[in-house]
Amino acid sequence: MRIHVDSEKCQGHNRCYAIAPDLFDVDDYGNAIVIGDGSVPAELEEKARLALANCPEFAITISE
Amino acid sequence: MTTHDTPASIYGPVTDWATDFDHGDPEYNRRAHEIWAELRGRCPVAHSDRYGGTWLPVTHEHVRRIAYDTENFTSRSVVVSTVVPDDQAPVGGAPPITSDPPFHHEARRLVLPPFSPKKIAEWEPEVRRLCNELLDRVEVDVKGGRVVDAAVAYAQHIPVNVIARMLGFPLEDDDLFREFVHEILENINGEPENRIRAFERIDAYLMAQIDDHAANPRDDLTGYLMNVELGGEKLPKEMVAGFILLLLVAGIDTTWSAIGSSLWHLATHPDDLRRLVREPELMGTAIEEFLRVYAPVTMARLVAKDHDFDGCPMKADEWVLLPFPAANLDPAEFEHADQVLIDRVENRHAAFGLGIHRCLGSNLARLELRVAVEEFVKRFPEFELAHGEDGVVWSVGQIRGPRQLPVRVASV
Repeated sequence: MRIHVDSEKCQGHNRCYAIAPDLFDVDDYGNAIVIGDGSVPAELEEKARLALANCPEFAITISE
Repeated sequence: MTTHDTPASIYGPVTDWATDFDHGDPEYNRRAHEIWAELRGRCPVAHSDRYGGTWLPVTHEHVRRIAYDTENFTSRSVVVSTVVPDDQAPVGGAPPITSDPPFHHEARRLVLPPFSPKKIAEWEPEVRRLCNELLDRVEVDVKGGRVVDAAVAYAQHIPVNVIARMLGFPLEDDDLFREFVHEILENINGEPENRIRAFERIDAYLMAQIDDHAANPRDDLTGYLMNVELGGEKLPKEMVAGFILLLLVAGIDTTWSAIGSSLWHLATHPDDLRRLVREPELMGTAIEEFLRVYAPVTMARLVAKDHDFDGCPMKADEWVLLPFPAANLDPAEFEHADQVLIDRVENRHAAFGLGIHRCLGSNLARLELRVAVEEFVKRFPEFELAHGEDGVVWSVGQIRGPRQLPVRVASV
């Protein structure tokens, strides 16, 4: 599983970083960035799905 | 500042919420959930001739579309009132909330860093200390067997004190700040001349604070704004004042309302209160659910040019309300939308807006809301409304929350 943040859509609501700080970080402006190459370890897959489901701007996508 | 002295709307009582609505009518916020549900079934975009023409979308889809459409809708004024200010796009009177692209992007980037999640997290100990100071005072009344007003004695003091500290303004001016906020956000349908005078008073106060910072420079948010550069130049004084006005106004009634509504919910839903006390690990989802259901902020836009919006003939300079709380209660977007589920894990709510104007202070608001509720229920695990709903006074205008919330706290 791999996560992706669309930086055009992200408005810095900070939901993903709050839910899954092991997968997402935020820059100085509060916009989300994926950690590393966005690969999700098996034990964090549920967190990744929750981050996607809570993003108000539909900025997160997951590819399997 | 309380709101029961707010004059009734100059337009008189509302005859029909679909064709004559008035968010300045005290009935609107008191019965908001009911009114939005009724409108959702009748006419998803309501219209009223009041305030020179106002539209009210209530579905998530419509609110979202308008929030994203900065071509047809301008933010140059975001508070519906009897006066359409002559502030011009794309800057507006209180950037970046009143700004449109492309200026908006530049202005917003200036003020994002001090409000980023990591910077705001540094304020947590200070917020917690403040909440406990307030609770110490409240506890004296509780021990004396007296009813306490959770909105007046607790919730309202938290955001005003935090933002005054961040701006480096005199803490003893907090009553004055609340008065400014009342003038801007609640006295929306009074006489236009009074509104203009109020704005002049606020402006004079802010200019004096900026002068004081120029004479005695210090490391706070006001100092930051005075030194930050836009296109290689420091900001003109009027723009610094505009930014400060936004930070002062936007964070006070809103967060006060979110804290008050959350405590109102817990006072009226003893099962949720007991569960939250027993399972504090639910605080994260509970706070997001309170934000969804009781989202305090309805934003506004002005129609930028005549156009058709889903069959509605919108005319330039008409107002459009953006009720994010109504979007959050849309059953087309949320399962069991009308139920408050404090363990809801999937919650894509729009309490802080959608699109480029996402609430700048959302990280601060969340911090204050979470800490305020955490500390309140830790100190007072059992409380209920003291005089039922009759004792609760709701705000008037675009910010919705209880302004008086008398509760009876079980002895501690």
